[in-house]
Amino acid sequence: MDLRGLVKEAALAAFVALIVAIPLAGFDLSQQGTANGAQIGFRPSWVAIAVVTVFVGRLVIGLLPRPQRRERPPVVSLFIARHQRVLGLTGLAIAIVWPYLPFSSDYLVDLATEVIIYMMLGWGLGVVVGLAGLLNLGYAAFYAVGAYTLALTSAYWAWGFWEALPLAGVTAAAVGILLALPVLRLRGDYLAIVTLGFGEIIRIILINWQSFTYGPNGINGVPRPTFFGLPLVARAPRGGETFAQFFHIDFSLSQRYIFLYFVTLALAIVVNLFILRLRRLPIGRAWEALREDEIASRALGINPVGVKLSAFAVGALLAGFAGVFFAARQSFVSPESFNFQESATVLAIVVLGGMGSQLGIALAAIILVTLPEFGRDFAQFRMLLFGAAMVGIMIWRPRGFFSLRTPSIRLGEDRPLVEVPK
Amino acid sequence: MSGDRATEALLDVQGLTMRFGGLLAIDHLSFAADREKITAVIGPNGAGKTTVFNCLTGFYRPTAGSLALHRDDKELRLERMDGWRIARDAGIARTFQNIRLFAGMTVLENLIIAQHTRLMRASGWSIAGLLGLARYRIAEKEALDHAREWLERIGLTDRADHVAGTLPYGDQRRLEIARAMCTEPVLLCLDEPAAGLNPHESHELNQLLLSIRDRYRIAILLIEHDMNVVMGISDRVVVLDYGKKIADGTPQDVRRDPAVIKAYLGEPET
Amino acid sequence: MAYFLQQLINGLTLGAIYALIAIGYTMVYGIIGMINFAHGEIYMIGAFVSLITFFALGAVGVTWVPLALVLVLLSAMFFTSAYGWTVERVAYRPLRGSFRLAPLISAIGMSIFLQNYVQLLQGAQVKSLPPVVTGGFRLMETGGFAVQLSYLQIIIVLVTLALMAGFSVMIAATPLGRAQRACEQDMTMAALLGIDVDRTISTTFLIGAALAAVAGVMVTLYYGVIDFFIGFLAGMKAFTAAVLGGIGSIPGAVLGGFIIGMIEAFWAGYFSSAYKDVAVFGVLILVLIFRPSGLLGRPEIEKV
Repeated sequence: MDLRGLVKEAALAAFVALIVAIPLAGFDLSQQGTANGAQIGFRPSWVAIAVVTVFVGRLVIGLLPRPQRRERPPVVSLFIARHQRVLGLTGLAIAIVWPYLPFSSDYLVDLATEVIIYMMLGWGLGVVVGLAGLLNLGYAAFYAVGAYTLALTSAYWAWGFWEALPLAGVTAAAVGILLALPVLRLRGDYLAIVTLGFGEIIRIILINWQSFTYGPNGINGVPRPTFFGLPLVARAPRGGETFAQFFHIDFSLSQRYIFLYFVTLALAIVVNLFILRLRRLPIGRAWEALREDEIASRALGINPVGVKLSAFAVGALLAGFAGVFFAARQSFVSPESFNFQESATVLAIVVLGGMGSQLGIALAAIILVTLPEFGRDFAQFRMLLFGAAMVGIMIWRPRGFFSLRTPSIRLGEDRPLVEVPK
Repeated sequence: MSGDRATEALLDVQGLTMRFGGLLAIDHLSFAADREKITAVIGPNGAGKTTVFNCLTGFYRPTAGSLALHRDDKELRLERMDGWRIARDAGIARTFQNIRLFAGMTVLENLIIAQHTRLMRASGWSIAGLLGLARYRIAEKEALDHAREWLERIGLTDRADHVAGTLPYGDQRRLEIARAMCTEPVLLCLDEPAAGLNPHESHELNQLLLSIRDRYRIAILLIEHDMNVVMGISDRVVVLDYGKKIADGTPQDVRRDPAVIKAYLGEPET
Repeated sequence: MAYFLQQLINGLTLGAIYALIAIGYTMVYGIIGMINFAHGEIYMIGAFVSLITFFALGAVGVTWVPLALVLVLLSAMFFTSAYGWTVERVAYRPLRGSFRLAPLISAIGMSIFLQNYVQLLQGAQVKSLPPVVTGGFRLMETGGFAVQLSYLQIIIVLVTLALMAGFSVMIAATPLGRAQRACEQDMTMAALLGIDVDRTISTTFLIGAALAAVAGVMVTLYYGVIDFFIGFLAGMKAFTAAVLGGIGSIPGAVLGGFIIGMIEAFWAGYFSSAYKDVAVFGVLILVLIFRPSGLLGRPEIEKV
């Protein structure tokens, strides 16, 4: 244990931290423009905190035993991988009874709906990034298409939720294919930037094509799902019958929340089964093969463009569906909900959850969506933590924090995997 | 003249030339690989051997020349085809100098992915697969059986569910060959399959390759430095130096050829 | 005609700023073969540091403009380089040799982190700077429209050209430049020949960050307002410029920068200001589809 060397390294790190912290932490422009404040404030204490934290942190990291990256996978991941089925079914059971648990409330049901929507988004992006290894940084564009399909068909043609749902998926998939076709031959980084560009382009168009999309103000009154045509509202539009009237019960808002929750849950289950199945089909394996080694895949007769296109299309399709629920939940859409920050959040879910692991992504979605609910401060820190977490995970657990890859086909035994050398 | 099928070469390379900017990597190379024979391509490092493979398997587009594959009474011109098409339609499988397994996937998965084309068709572009139709389930079972056969042949049956990247080096090499064979090729191109193997493993490799030639009736094109392998099993040897062919004949002829000895003849005899 | 000339001037100025950022992208890509997603944020940090330095100087009473400019430039370059260095050490170096997607995702994570870091420390509101460099020439006046060429615009373009010339010389003639070119060609071999690869890479990041810092100073002076989000858009456009010019080529980055600047200025001036960003992204996509090696770059051969 080279203590002296470690201290030197920590001192160096602290020195760099000092330089880095002086301008941005040490000075404060946030009072600018306010009546009382001087234009600039001085915060030497923040610099001191930064320097000390980095120094101590570097020491601590250096003193920790080096994790055996090659040997055993982390306990959490192994546990989750081994008990996938049980954990998944338990989660499903909890999800089904969630609205009826004693502590439940409209707020919690709505929160759970949001969580499930992000799970679906995570699974969808998980197909593109996790399974096929294609970095898509503009995923928000696809669920924007889905959301706006619902909003616009209702605004222009008075369509309802159920009519719009399939159209949304198809439209999103079509947009996905159209956008992907010209650029699939590009290598990883370029493809990533192009998808980022697409995301921005779609957002800018949504904001500026006001005659069509109603612009930055967004669209209100986006329809929610009906129960076989019976809306879950207090009074039906145009004098029709409501759900409550049909079943001769009093209307309560909870019914609407709970119904949306179950519809979302149902779709999520279908989506999950769909992806699990695809993974065991040749196309799913081809996605993973392409991710592992494109050159070897080509040498086996796999058409890279076709396979990538299918991954994009499936990802876009699922995003389209999720987008419909996204819009229905708040009954409102606006271009600002579909910015890079959204795309980055979904990406963080996939990265944290483990590329291509359904359960891992689900867990990550739960954590990332509920975190900001624990306080406003936390919400502000959320993106900061995401960014740091993404860097950290790539360095320590590139296959994902929560889960390991399980094979799509086995010869028989039920043994979990040993971790793969990177 | 596409005459006598029995004696017509499987692969006919004529005037193959590959230029990278100012560098002439392959210079008017012509040779043939016969059916059910093992043809070795040898030469000093940098002679262009892997470049030839890359041209044959569609990773490079040749600057000039023709690469004709004769199968099923047809002639396929490889120089105009995409790499993946060559693998799928022409039936040419290859291994790589630096092993390219799907390291994060299991041994079995590697072998199943090799059968992608047939399985994809059977799955009806996933529709039949999604619906769980019998035709896909049958095809998948067949693919598993085929994979099992190869697992036995290379002795990895008890490690079928192990992650490919954790296998020892020699096993990885054999797996890569088995994976190539699972695509049911007519021509198998192996890029230095004996690299890094000890004498015992080289001997096993020889046996494997001979059995591939004899039992499966596959033609093999082989880049190799290990003279035990080259001399031991090749039916024909083509020698390259600076991108040009300097000898072409049986191992015995080539071994005695003064031009080859002059260029290099690798390791001393063991 | 006058209007055209004005767009041209504006475009060149904007282009100079993009060129400075683009050089950083292209240098890093040339040496480690990856896109430094966080580079746009480095530029943004440069802008913030320059703003802070201006105010700090003002608070201690340094008001003579030329001195202030020099000090701000030095300060921005110094502190921003430290950020560039840190980003490389923390987010990229540990991932050298990792699977393909890892450094990309790490870069994105870093970019998100830096954006929010600045936002948290300095507040989300826009920050402004009273005009520092004012005045200029009035070139011509037709039909009531006056073509203005400000001193600042001249400074920006000249500084960019000077830096580009300087760096081209550096790459060609100095040991550092040679080391960089060696690492670009073959890192393993360069290491075997005794080149300190880590140091060369770090220095590349430092230089790229310093140039981005200069761009940040320029943009602060030119527009007078900045916020934590400017790095995102400018980064994308500068990246487009680097690709257009030929990724890996410094003259290409500068050429690309000027072209993109002009495309943006002309599009905003003649068609629509709302869609100017779309126009630039469109260029990116077209270039990548039809001529991925760019104007001055060399086509990449796949290594099998």
